[in-house]
Amino acid sequence: MTRLAVDPITCTGHGLCAELLPEAIALDEWGYPLLAHGELPKQLLRRARSVAATCPTRALRLVQTPARSAATEA
Amino acid sequence: MTSVLSTSGLFAAPGPGLPEHRATFGPLPVADPVQLTAAAELTGRGGAGFPTAVKLRSVAAAAAAGRRAPVLIGNGAEGEPASAKDAVLLSRAPHLVLDGLAVLARALGAADVVLAAPARLLPGLAARLAERSDGAAVRLHPTGDGFLAGEESALVAAVEGADPLPRSKLVPIRERGVGGRPTLVQNVETLARLALLARGDREAAGRTLVTRRSQVNHAGRTDVVDMPLGTPLGEVLRVDGAVRAVLVGGYHGTWLPAAVAGELPLDRAGLEPVGATLGAGVLAALPTDRCGLRETARVVGYLAASSAGQCGPCLNGLPRIAAALQVLARREAPPPQLLTDLWRWCGLLPDRGACRHPDGTVRLVASALGVFGPELRLHASGRCSATTARPFLPVAGAGR
Repeated sequence: MTRLAVDPITCTGHGLCAELLPEAIALDEWGYPLLAHGELPKQLLRRARSVAATCPTRALRLVQTPARSAATEA
Repeated sequence: MTSVLSTSGLFAAPGPGLPEHRATFGPLPVADPVQLTAAAELTGRGGAGFPTAVKLRSVAAAAAAGRRAPVLIGNGAEGEPASAKDAVLLSRAPHLVLDGLAVLARALGAADVVLAAPARLLPGLAARLAERSDGAAVRLHPTGDGFLAGEESALVAAVEGADPLPRSKLVPIRERGVGGRPTLVQNVETLARLALLARGDREAAGRTLVTRRSQVNHAGRTDVVDMPLGTPLGEVLRVDGAVRAVLVGGYHGTWLPAAVAGELPLDRAGLEPVGATLGAGVLAALPTDRCGLRETARVVGYLAASSAGQCGPCLNGLPRIAAALQVLARREAPPPQLLTDLWRWCGLLPDRGACRHPDGTVRLVASALGVFGPELRLHASGRCSATTARPFLPVAGAGR
């Protein structure tokens, strides 16, 4: 299953992603992306890939979910 | 000064030297740490409480898959100002920590073994390393006194010689840490408990170190105890009529009303129903003469200043949250929208940072707004139930 992820350190809040993929990305009041939870709908996959490629800081990416799981807890 | 009451478990040896250590605990047997920690269900004592065996297996697997020997870091950074247990452990029972490192280093075939601790502890640790035949294998690394110094990716950065700031976890340090090698970071208490497990002490994983702070004769007192997990909180910390609320789990933890706190078993299952965790084992009994809002505002001001400032939500959210709390700590009616704003900001932070600093800070704030709700209403009418403004919870002078 594929979902969106953002590297919060690299992201500087350009906001391009929310403009180009409003179905899955909104901006918070400071201009940083809020990603839709869960699996990315299949019909959005191609566009999501190209949006990730246009992120000015390369902070947005598509990840396969099992890679996350326990690894986020230290 | 921090005193220690226990004379058993981790603190059974009468002194920190190798002769006392050997006489008390005996030689260190060869042991399989994965098997030991899995059987004993040992969990990490740095705050997250992650199962140690799972962590060991994933580092070993990453090392095998990439054919790169891993790096092992003992984490004694203890950036939390309210916690003292790691420093006490490193001073009182350093050889247990070093034994734990030795067990892991041997089992993992570690390429590099680092013990990271505040600079003031390093001369003592160097003397302890010099006593051991395997001491030369361990490199001591000084950590800063910032709140985030012990965050594991910040520690990896520090060991690499970079600024001690958290890093992105999109690739976990268990797979790619120091110098790109799979890296295992273990809290020093976890290491010491492993050293006891290796000697057949079955109780080692069922106990935990706790740093307690309470008021005795009008003065704040801090000490460290080694207690069985599941002990009722009231048996570890005096929760009587002079206590307003109890902070469980430190500055990323949870305020609980005194009336609820005393009966709670201090372990994961016992604290879960009230939304708390033991964290790195900090317990603080806020006296009735202090204001919980004022105390929380001061701590959150410190936490906001401790942000690495790398992630947008934390950079923008924590200063606003801290400023709002400072307003709520005053004896005056807050601006009408302030509480609404504060709750919204709290909702915007979790799960959006490279580290868990914003998540933990929001947890503390949310619990304060709940537990000190009556105080919020008093303040709004120009009153406060506290009789002194003297700080109770310790914060470090500077931020990071």
